[in-house]
Amino acid sequence: MTPLSGYLLVSALLFCIGLAGALTRRNAIMVLIGIELMLNAANLNFIAFWRFSEHPETQTGLMFALFSIAIAAAEAAVGLALIITIYRHFRTANVDKVEAMKG
Amino acid sequence: MTLSFAILAGLTVGSAVAAMSLRNLVHCALGLVLTFAGLAGLYLQLNAEFVGFTQILVYVGAVAILIVFAILLTRGTEPANEPAAVSPWAGLPVAVLAFLAMAAAVLASPVDKRLAAPVPEVSVKTLGQKLMTDYVLPLEVLALLLTAAMLGAVIIAMKDKEDLQ
Repeated sequence: MTPLSGYLLVSALLFCIGLAGALTRRNAIMVLIGIELMLNAANLNFIAFWRFSEHPETQTGLMFALFSIAIAAAEAAVGLALIITIYRHFRTANVDKVEAMKG
Repeated sequence: MTLSFAILAGLTVGSAVAAMSLRNLVHCALGLVLTFAGLAGLYLQLNAEFVGFTQILVYVGAVAILIVFAILLTRGTEPANEPAAVSPWAGLPVAVLAFLAMAAAVLASPVDKRLAAPVPEVSVKTLGQKLMTDYVLPLEVLALLLTAAMLGAVIIAMKDKEDLQ
């Protein structure tokens, strides 16, 4: 079986790809996708640590991952609704062009 | 490291890179679907069957469709020749540094010597029993949150009265 560090490295790589995307992309939807990737990387860590824990029968990591998936779904729904409203108002989904609150 | 893990990890990371770097947003969404599917495969490999199928149901099924709809609803006015990213020199070093820090921490820790316990007895029945006993309060709070998020999303995305006239 693959050692725990393999899963942790994949998760770290996924997190940093999401971070790079969220920091550099112009489109607000792509920023949201980057955040989703980071959330999924965290979920992979929960599952990997659960599987390699001393008492996996307590199922704590599984429960945390399930709740995290549900919250991420709610976050995606609200976030995309906000992006659609911003698009309707500013006629763009480019985060650089939305500067109504710029000081 | 087994071959199936290498294939799944390569698929997941490669499609994540594609999802974050391609110019066409619909292609990005397809890369994202592949990433979610690869992650579901990794969950299955870790004996977390229920979470793996939940991942497919929620992410590949619902979130990906939502993202594709949002992409289709918000495109049309973007100029085609504009660069897709702000400036790669702003975000990439931060991400690379973050990865190097995490990778160094993982490789230096003694966590690698830990062996997986024998495959635990986890069925949907035991998960459901846990959800209905120990985790019933978080479950109810989550149900409330999902209802509020659904109503909120509908109200936020609803057209204003002036727009309708």
